Amino acid sequence: MSTHTEHQAQRGPEPLDVNDPRLSRFEVVQEGARRDDIEIVHYEPQVVPGSKAERRLTRTVALMFLLTGVFATAFLVVYIWWPWQWEPGRGGDKLYTPLLGVTLGLALLGIGFGILTWGKKLLPKEVSIQDRHDQVDDPEGRKITGETMLYLADEMGVRRRPLLGISLLAGLAPVGAVAAAPLIGGLIEQPHKNNQMFTTGFQPGEGGKKIRLIREDGRPIRPADVSVGGQLTVFPGIDGGVSNKHADSPTLLIHLREDDAQKSRAANERKGHGDYMWGNYVAYSKICTHAGCPASLYEQQTNRLLCPCHQSQFLITDNAKPIFGPANRPLPQLPIEVDEEGFFVAKSDYTETIGPDFWERP
Amino acid sequence: MKRRKFDAAALPAKSARAVDDRFQVATPLRKLLNKVFPDHWSFLLGEIALFSFIVLLLTGVFLTFFFEPTMTEVIYNGSYAPLRGTPMSAAYASSLDISFDVRGGLIMRQMHHWAALLFMAAIVVHMLRVFFTGAFRKPRETNWIIGSLLFWVGFLAGFTGYSLPDDGLSGTGLRIASAIILSIPVIGSWVSSSIFGGEFPGTIIISRFFIAHVLLVPGLLVALISVHLGLVFKQKHTQWPGPGRTNSNVVGERMFPRYALKQGGFFMVVFGVIALMGGLFQINPIWLFGPYEAWVVSAASQPDWYVMFLDGSTRLMPGWEIHIPIGNGYVIPPLFWPTVVLPGILVGLSTMYPFLEARRLKDYKHHNLLQRPRDVPARTAVGAMALAFYIVLTLSGANDVIADKFHISLNAMTWAGRIGLLILPPIAYYITYRICLGLQQHDREVLAHGVETGIIKRLPDGRFVEVHQPLTSAEGHDGHPPALDYVGWVVPKKMNRLGALGPAIRGFFYPIEKPAEAPVSPGHPPVEDRPEREEIGSGESRR
Repeated sequence: MSTHTEHQAQRGPEPLDVNDPRLSRFEVVQEGARRDDIEIVHYEPQVVPGSKAERRLTRTVALMFLLTGVFATAFLVVYIWWPWQWEPGRGGDKLYTPLLGVTLGLALLGIGFGILTWGKKLLPKEVSIQDRHDQVDDPEGRKITGETMLYLADEMGVRRRPLLGISLLAGLAPVGAVAAAPLIGGLIEQPHKNNQMFTTGFQPGEGGKKIRLIREDGRPIRPADVSVGGQLTVFPGIDGGVSNKHADSPTLLIHLREDDAQKSRAANERKGHGDYMWGNYVAYSKICTHAGCPASLYEQQTNRLLCPCHQSQFLITDNAKPIFGPANRPLPQLPIEVDEEGFFVAKSDYTETIGPDFWERP
Repeated sequence: MKRRKFDAAALPAKSARAVDDRFQVATPLRKLLNKVFPDHWSFLLGEIALFSFIVLLLTGVFLTFFFEPTMTEVIYNGSYAPLRGTPMSAAYASSLDISFDVRGGLIMRQMHHWAALLFMAAIVVHMLRVFFTGAFRKPRETNWIIGSLLFWVGFLAGFTGYSLPDDGLSGTGLRIASAIILSIPVIGSWVSSSIFGGEFPGTIIISRFFIAHVLLVPGLLVALISVHLGLVFKQKHTQWPGPGRTNSNVVGERMFPRYALKQGGFFMVVFGVIALMGGLFQINPIWLFGPYEAWVVSAASQPDWYVMFLDGSTRLMPGWEIHIPIGNGYVIPPLFWPTVVLPGILVGLSTMYPFLEARRLKDYKHHNLLQRPRDVPARTAVGAMALAFYIVLTLSGANDVIADKFHISLNAMTWAGRIGLLILPPIAYYITYRICLGLQQHDREVLAHGVETGIIKRLPDGRFVEVHQPLTSAEGHDGHPPALDYVGWVVPKKMNRLGALGPAIRGFFYPIEKPAEAPVSPGHPPVEDRPEREEIGSGESRR
């Protein structure tokens, strides 16, 4: 306990005259705290003024502040003169951001630890106790406010003149709707415009023109382009077919091995999709029926297609039926054939809905 | 009066008087300067969140100067050679420019991202602190609710920000978000097409997310944080029990100068650590992911860590679809349960928890003293249960990476997650409950019998007993010291906590003062005869 506390104990409860010139500044501070219901019960300098310890701590804090200056300057130097533009290879530009981080970080840590040391080690330790006052200490005040509000309601006379209240509500309700209308009205979009949720870029064009399967670079595909056991991501051969405009159209074209192709064909027939394959080639939507990620990891040996987002697995030789993970619906199959020029085309659009499920999917 | 020359020394007092004449701020300012804050390291966790938020605002404003929130297609022609000539959205191109063509842009981007991760982490840890110490009890239920909302609003801020660069990862995240919205029964497709302006991805989502990310969500965050801090200020901070601390006082330091200095220093430290992380640790290297293309994805596509528990729940959910055979038939997709219903339940449970607990314990009193987790085993065990649930989900969000790195079957990981999600939380409940009781029991033993000294004594009849140092020197009724009351606060359990060790030698590399005589464990300690504490560890020196 410091000596200040003893003074206070002798002083008694009556307020001090803060203009008394005999009072020390700390005594005035203490009086102020007392008026805020704070008792400073312990106030103890951590270092003796003028002592070796004080000088050492002062030097430490000063050193930290000076280091901040050094690192901040270093930051500016790096920022201005270090080569910063990206170059191929392992040039000095790769160090630009790390150097900025180190200099800025150390500069800030210097201020931070400097201030912390100052506050924690050089300032006196104190224990103060403040009253909480979190109970209702003025029940009368509560009563008066309550009555005032009730009186307000009385004055408005809504109870005597109910028409006012009703008409006000009736009038305000549409105003609330007015505030919401432009927002909802402006944002709302009919999801089934052009039947867009059920069609893809493979929908035959005008006059029933069948859509070609193309690669990412736009070239059409011949059967010989996909080797046995191989696979290729294909797109509808239309304007913007290879872009996010037709985000539901990417399709995986797989050239199955002979025995797998037989299994697949048999499975197709069970489902009534007997003519969906062409030769040993199958095409399935790449858009996962779970959450819409591209199900793109094809395991050749087991004929499983894995979606890397949530690990749904589809068995290609069994109509791409989900066999593990959170998906519940097979990947839709694209019926394909080869046109007179020898390129793959879609016989028709997908016959099932592409992509993640939604309420009104039949 | 003679007009005096300008007196610089009197200027502060003069201007202070001038301000107070006009605004009468002296007394309110004194109250503010004097406000007492209790101190404990665990009270600083929320501050980390606040300080990260400030860093987020600073770096975020910088980023807006260079980011172009549109999906217009452009051909990239910036410094990063591997992507030159690639068609991409203007959003992605400008994000690349921030990384490569704006001087110091990359560190700003990385600091922004790290600060966001730290913000969410600090919120979660702070919430755990508040939960396990019972700081949410009356009168602080409102602040608990605001805190839980802050997590979800922060989640929203993080997700909208994550989506803006329009790179391969963020586009995949958006795709999943659209699927989640689609899965909502009845209105799903309408909500999705309204948000995306048509079919996914459309051309407007980045612009909409941008304004949400830089105005709407931060506005909400600022509002909630202000109310949160205002309530802490008004209701005064909780404190740990201890000598002189009661339910109706606050024991600590006045806000100025020491407390405020420590806060300021701590802010600089948090800022500095974020700067170091932003400079040294690469995060979200969007140039490696390429622009978003609906047909490209890579393995290990993980969201930011605070989204991973939802990703995990999605992965663990079996493919159970509910089919409603009316008309053409309607479906509730399996995606709906782990991504819409589960978060809904979590929000409901977490916000209602203070009221549920008060109702169960019929406890409607004000509580300003914290509880140690061990003193409320049921709550602590419930918290551990929730934590186990959360950790299983989060790990499952990375189960493909774990399977890959540790050569475990992916399907085995999924099944382990499914089973673990059901059985680990109850196990965590039971174990935590027992640990709490055990810790309480040990505290009570020490209060009754004293601290184990490690000194073994042989009795005249040949038995060996360990000498215990009682915590009180008072005499009890039978010669033994009386058992002390259990007050829910730290019980010293080691002799050096009682001051039995010699003072530490000061100095970093070499002693800066003459070391005190090092105490040596004595052969025959006079413990029983003289139970004063300073006699315990320091018998005669052998030297």
